[in-house]
Amino acid sequence: MKPAITIKNLNFYYRQVMALKNISIDIPANRVTALIGPSGCGKSTFLRVLNRMNDLIEGTRIEGKILFNDTNIYKDMDLMKLRKKVGMVFQKPNPFPMSVYNNIAYGPRLHRKISDKELDGIVEKSLKSASLWDEVRDRMESSALGLSGGQQQRLCIARCLAVQPEVLLMDEPTSALDPVSTAKIEELVKDLRDKFAIIIVTHNMQQAGRISDYTAFFLNGEIVEYGATREIFHRPVDKRTEDYITGRFG
Amino acid sequence: MGPRRYLDNELIGLNRMLKRMGFLVEEAIDRSIRSLVEHESALAREVIADDDLIDDLELEIEEKCINLIATQQPLAGDLRKIFTALRIITDLERMADHAVDIAKVTIRLEGQQYIKPLIDIPRMAMLARGMVEDCLNVYMDRDLELASSINKKDDEIDALYKQVFRELLVYMMESPRTIDQATQFLMVSRFLERIGDHATNVCEWVVYSVTGKRANFNE
Repeated sequence: MKPAITIKNLNFYYRQVMALKNISIDIPANRVTALIGPSGCGKSTFLRVLNRMNDLIEGTRIEGKILFNDTNIYKDMDLMKLRKKVGMVFQKPNPFPMSVYNNIAYGPRLHRKISDKELDGIVEKSLKSASLWDEVRDRMESSALGLSGGQQQRLCIARCLAVQPEVLLMDEPTSALDPVSTAKIEELVKDLRDKFAIIIVTHNMQQAGRISDYTAFFLNGEIVEYGATREIFHRPVDKRTEDYITGRFG
Repeated sequence: MGPRRYLDNELIGLNRMLKRMGFLVEEAIDRSIRSLVEHESALAREVIADDDLIDDLELEIEEKCINLIATQQPLAGDLRKIFTALRIITDLERMADHAVDIAKVTIRLEGQQYIKPLIDIPRMAMLARGMVEDCLNVYMDRDLELASSINKKDDEIDALYKQVFRELLVYMMESPRTIDQATQFLMVSRFLERIGDHATNVCEWVVYSVTGKRANFNE
């Protein structure tokens, strides 16, 4: 299968500090890839590199290639286009301070001219795909800030879905949620896998095991081991991977 | 004090319980064979009664493993250790059952004079007993070299089993009066051969626990 994103010899610097070292991996399409590793190992930096979120941080520098549909996202791609194709969900839900409806409608409106009827359809479809429709269908005009944390997070996912991305980046999307909300997000991730590539940063080993197909173990800015999740959790090759996932450090 | 102190201690405890179970199984095999060779049905009855201890220990180890899986969510080497313990106790328990089977033969033949002096069966028993000891050492020391040497002993015991089988068959063909006892001895040799197979399984599980790869020493 053609990878969704190809990363070649990626180095990333915060001023003098090398935060990512020589990373080369293919992120498969229609699969969930988990990024694991101790705090400060570069997972979130890596995730942010994939949709150029670090561009605005002063003193950052990048080397190597990130290819998305054979296009280098740092050289030959318009940022708006990239952000449309690569959605992101954060640790803390961050709905816009506006109605449920407008949260979802915001993206499609931004990217093109669109009729009200078509927009209604997109909003409904996105909310359904994010398993939120039944809970909010009667409160589309209420503020999104009134939703529970778990609902807000699913709203943020629905907001990404509305612009039909090809990649979804998730940075610890359930760490602020209770077990039931977490389970709903996890189910959702598994359902959405058919639509696009999902890359998820998680500190929860069991979560990585439950929802991901592939796992990359980061340590000190490098990928120590990358492979099928069942292999990494069952018989990791590198001792550092074993020590990390069995709680010997990190 | 590392973050894994609880799990590490529990795994040490698990090893200790398995070692004890292995010791009880060795003892059961020793005593069952001695009861048969020396016509000691009282000893055979002890073996049968003491089997409960082994069964209880198996349950206790199972409980511990399930609790560890439920509460510690073990992964990689830890997961393999716990899974392996679960498989090994099944093999140990079967070995103990075969010791009980042999003890029952002793009781069945109580007061009878044997149709022949037992020579090959004690030899088989010694081999089986050696394999059990080896497999327990393989487990305790995670000794892969010793593990891979087990199939040679298994071949010896298999060869001896065939020999005993042929010999007893000749007895039965020559004199139907011997059939009753000969079939009992045939079963004993089969039980011993099976004990060897279970010891081989234990070694295979240890290889899996250490390397994550399956071994097959039964070929």
